[in-house]
Amino acid sequence: MNLARIAWRESRTTRRRLFLYMGSIAFGVAALVAIDSFAANVTQSVREQSRSLIGGDLSLTSRGPLPPVARALVDSLRAKGAREAHVTSFASMAVDRRTGLTRLVQVRAITPNFPLYGAVVTDPSRAWKTLDTQEAVVVDPALLVALDGHVGDTLALGYGRFVIAGTLRTVPGDAAIAAAIGPRVFIPEAGLAVTQLLTFGSRAEYKTVLGVNATPALETRLRNRLDTLHVRVQSATDTDTGLTDAVKRLRNFLGVVALVSLLLGGIGVASGVRAFVRRKIDTVAILRCLGATTRQILLIYVGQAAAMGLIGAAAGALLGVGLQFGLPLAIRDFLPVDVDPHLVPGAIGFGLLLGLWVALWFALRPLLALGSISPLAALRREYGDEKLREGRAIFPALVLAATVLALSVARAPRPRLGVGIALGIGVVLLALWAGAVALSWLARRITRSGWPYVIRQGVANLYRPANQTRAVVLSLGFGAFLIATLYLVQTNVLRELNVATDASRGNVLFFDVQSDQALGLDSMVGRGVVETAPLVTMRIASINGVAIGELQRAKKGAAWALRREYRSTYRDTLVGSEHVVAGRWFGKDPPGDTAELSLEADVAKELGVTLGSRITWDVQGVPVPTRLTSTRDVDWARFEPNIFAVFPNGVLEHAPHQVVVLANVPNSATLSRLQRAVVDRYPNVSTVDLTLVRDTIGRIVRKVTLAIRFLALFSLALAIPVLFSSASTSRRDRVREGVLLKTLGASRAQIQAIMLAEYAALGLVGALTGVLLSFAGAWALLHFAFESSFTPAILPALGIALICAALAILIGVLGGRDVFAETPITALRAE
Amino acid sequence: MLVARELTKEYQSGARTLTVLDAVSFDIPQGTFVSIVGPSGSGKTTLLGLLAGLDTPTSGSVILDGADLATLDEDRRAKLRGEKVGFVFQSFQLIPTLTALENVSVPLELRGERESPAAERARDVLGRVGLGDRVGHFPAQLSGGEQQRVAIARAFANQPRILFADEPTGNLDAATGLRIVELLESLNGESGSTIVLVTHDLGLAGRALRMIKLADGRVVP
Repeated sequence: MNLARIAWRESRTTRRRLFLYMGSIAFGVAALVAIDSFAANVTQSVREQSRSLIGGDLSLTSRGPLPPVARALVDSLRAKGAREAHVTSFASMAVDRRTGLTRLVQVRAITPNFPLYGAVVTDPSRAWKTLDTQEAVVVDPALLVALDGHVGDTLALGYGRFVIAGTLRTVPGDAAIAAAIGPRVFIPEAGLAVTQLLTFGSRAEYKTVLGVNATPALETRLRNRLDTLHVRVQSATDTDTGLTDAVKRLRNFLGVVALVSLLLGGIGVASGVRAFVRRKIDTVAILRCLGATTRQILLIYVGQAAAMGLIGAAAGALLGVGLQFGLPLAIRDFLPVDVDPHLVPGAIGFGLLLGLWVALWFALRPLLALGSISPLAALRREYGDEKLREGRAIFPALVLAATVLALSVARAPRPRLGVGIALGIGVVLLALWAGAVALSWLARRITRSGWPYVIRQGVANLYRPANQTRAVVLSLGFGAFLIATLYLVQTNVLRELNVATDASRGNVLFFDVQSDQALGLDSMVGRGVVETAPLVTMRIASINGVAIGELQRAKKGAAWALRREYRSTYRDTLVGSEHVVAGRWFGKDPPGDTAELSLEADVAKELGVTLGSRITWDVQGVPVPTRLTSTRDVDWARFEPNIFAVFPNGVLEHAPHQVVVLANVPNSATLSRLQRAVVDRYPNVSTVDLTLVRDTIGRIVRKVTLAIRFLALFSLALAIPVLFSSASTSRRDRVREGVLLKTLGASRAQIQAIMLAEYAALGLVGALTGVLLSFAGAWALLHFAFESSFTPAILPALGIALICAALAILIGVLGGRDVFAETPITALRAE
Repeated sequence: MLVARELTKEYQSGARTLTVLDAVSFDIPQGTFVSIVGPSGSGKTTLLGLLAGLDTPTSGSVILDGADLATLDEDRRAKLRGEKVGFVFQSFQLIPTLTALENVSVPLELRGERESPAAERARDVLGRVGLGDRVGHFPAQLSGGEQQRVAIARAFANQPRILFADEPTGNLDAATGLRIVELLESLNGESGSTIVLVTHDLGLAGRALRMIKLADGRVVP
C-alpha cells in the first residue's frame, strides 16, 4: 500500500511520458481487438445465418435431378413432416424483347416456398409473390441497367417469355459477389420447362432444401447413402459454409498485421522505457540510500509501468472496437453474410490482457536494470550509467521469446508456420545485432586522424563506452524490417488480386455449345476465335486399381477432388495460361493402350497421385484408363477456359461433348450484335462478356485492396512514433554532451554535424539491414503462409529504408536544436 | 558504534591497480560528531560509501551498530540503512517529483509505516528545521538552503542511529552553510545520533568533536 502511494507520487511529472511509452502497445491492442472481434462477428453471423445461407436446415446438391434413391429418402422425410423446396441454378443468356439487348444471367428456378428461412426483399414488395402464380421473373437491378429495361418488360430466356415483376433488394445467403458472373434472375420452377434450356449435358446445379430437424445422425445417414451418388449433403451447422478462400486469406493477412503491430508496440515500449529508466537513475539511487530494497524499487516502477500499460491497452481496445465497426463496411461485398458488428467481450478482454502482458515483459527488461543501480550513484553520478546493465535479465528475455513463439503459433495459419515465424524473428534480431557489432568495429577501424574533428567525434560515439549503437540499430532495424516486410507482403498479395483484371487473350467466352453447333458458331464469330476447347464430362472411377468408393472410405485424397465432376479437354499443345511443372508434356504422341494424362498440379496433390499413377475415368459410363505423365501450373486468375485434366488427341473424340469458345471481338457494339445473333440462333449457348466480369471483379478487388491498404497503413502510422522513441533512447545524454561542448565553445554547426554523423550512421545501418532482411522475411511469408510468389519491390523498400534513416537523422538534428534551446547553465544545473 | 578495520579499496584501471583507500582503521563511539577531512582525491567519498554500506571494500571490514556489513547482501544492507542510517548529500538529492513533506516521509513509508503517522512525523521534523510552512512545495520551488534542510529533515525522520553527511554545505553560501551545520549539531544534541561529516572545509570540520584526516587514501595524524 505504501509502495503504491510512493509509486503514484513519484510518477507525478513523468506519468505522461511513461503513458506515451507504455501507450505504444495501444495500436497493437487495437489491431488485435479489431481483428478478433471482427472474426468473431463473422463466425457468429455465419452461424446465425447459415440456415438462410443454404435456404434450409439441410441441402442436397447434385448435377442433375435427384437420383431415385435420394428421391425416396427425401419422400420418407417428407412423410415425417419435413418441408421441401427446390432451387435449380444455371447460366443462360437473357434478352430484353423491348430493347433487344442481351446479357448472361444466373437463372434460379425456385419452388413457391423458397426460401424456407429468411425472406427475400423485392421492389415492389409484392413482386416475389407473383412468382407463385405467373410466368414472371424477379431480377437484380444491375440487369435492368445492362439491358436498358424496366419493370414490366418481357424477358426471353431460351424459348420462354417472362414479365419482369420487380427487382431484388436482398436475398438471404447470397453475397453480392455472387452477382459477379451475371445478375440473378429468379423464375418459378414451373416456368423451367418452357425455356427448354436444360438439355442433356447442360451445366446446372440442382439443390433440394429441407426444413427438418437436422440431427448429426440424420446427416451421417444421408451422407453415407448419397455420397456415392454424387449428391452433396450440407447442413446449416457447417459453419464455414461459403467462407471463401479469399476471406481466409484476408484473415491470415490480418493475423500477420496484428502480430506485427503488437511487436512494433513492444519495441516502442522497450525503447521508451529504456529512456525512462535512464531518467530515474538518480531517484532510484536516493531511494536505495533511504533503505529501499531491490524488491521495493522494482515494485514501485513495475507498478507504474503496469498502470500506464493498462491505460494504454484500454485506449487501444477502444480504438480497436471503433475499427471493428468500420471493417464490415469496407469489405461488405466480400463477405457471404451480413455482418452485424457488436461488442465481443472475449476479444476485448483477450486483447487487453495480451497487450498488457506483452508491454510488461518488453518493459521489464529495462526496468530490471533499475534494481541494479547502486546507492553510490547518489554520491557519484557516473556509477549510474555504468551499472545500468540489462545483460543478466535472462528470465524476461525467455518469457518474451516464449510469448512471441506462442503468439506466432496462435496467429499463423498453421502451427509449424508460427514456429517458423518466431525462428525467423530470432534470426533477424541476431543479424541486426551482428550488424551493430560490425558497425562499432568498423567505426573504430576506419576512423582516421586526418578527418575533420566533428566527423571523428560523431563516429567515435559509435564505439565509445556506453554507446547506443546496439540498442538503436536493433530497434530501428527491427522496426524497419517489420514495416518493409508488411509492405512487401501487402504489395504482393494485392498484385496477385490484380492479376484478375489483367487482359487475357480473348474478351468473350461462349459455353454450353453443343458439338453440332460448334462449326456454325465458329463461322459466326469468324476470325475472332482464339481457342476452341471441347469439354467432356467425366468422373474418376479408380486410382491405381483402387475404386473411388474405397479411396473415400480410406480417406485417401481430398473428398472434393475424388468426387467432383471433371470437365476435361483434349489437345496436343499447351495454352498460354499454363506450364508444365513436372514430367513431360505428351504433345502429339499417338496414345497406346493407356492414354497419357496431364493434371493441374494442385488437383494432383489433392488426389494424392504422382507421375506414373494410373487413373481410370468414368466417361459417361465408359471406363477410360490413363497414366499421369505431367502436371501443370495453371494461372486461374486469367479468365480463360482453364481445365484440370487434359487428354491427348485420339482418346475422347467419340465421347459426347460440348465446346467452349474463347474469342476476341473488337468493340462492344460488335459484341452486342454478335451476342444477339448467337442467342437468336442457339438459345442454349451462353456468352460471358469477360470485360464485364473483369470490371465487377475489379470493383470488388478495389474494395478489398482498400481494406488491406488501410490496415497496412495503420501499422505504418504506428511505426513512426515507435521508431522515433527507439532512436531517441539516449538522446538526452547526447544533448548533455552537446551542451558541454557548447560551453567549451563549439558552434551550432559543429554540434549538429557531430550528431548528424552519429545518427546518420546508426540510421542507415539499422534501416538498410532491416529492409534487406525484409526481402527474405516477405519471401518466406508469401511462400509459406500465402502460397504465392514474391516479386521484390526494390524502390519502395529502399524508400522505407530512407524514411527510417531520415527519422533517425531528424532525431539527431532535433537534438542539436535542443542543445541551443537552453543556456549552458540551465542544462548543467539540471544535472 | 562504527568500526572500520583495515579498509582497503582498489580499482582496476587497465593493467594498473589504483589504491584509493589503504588499510584505514578507526572507531567512532555512539553519539559523537566526527568529521572526515582531506583534499580532493584523498578518498573521502569512497570511505563514506564503504562506511554506509553503499559499496563493498576490496578487503577489511565495517561494523555498523554491531553488524558486519560484509556479511550482509545488498538488500539487507538497504534494510539496515532504512532503519539506522540517514544521509545528507552535497547536491541535496531530493526526489524532484515529491513535495517536501513526501520526500521526508519516504524512508518511513519504505519501512512500512502507515501514511498518517508518517506524514505527522514528517511535518513535525520539517517544523523543527524551520520549514513548517513549506511542506507542500516541490524541490524546484525551494532555495538551496531550504532544499538541504528538507534533506536533513528526511535524514532525521526515522531517528537514525548514525547520520552521514557528504559535503552538506558544498553547494551553499557561507552563511547558509553555517546555519546547516548548526542545525546538524542541534539535532545531534537532541537525538543522540552519531554524525559523520565529510568535508574539505577545515573550518567546518573543526566544529566536530573529532577529526579524521585522510591523505592519499591513508589516515594521517
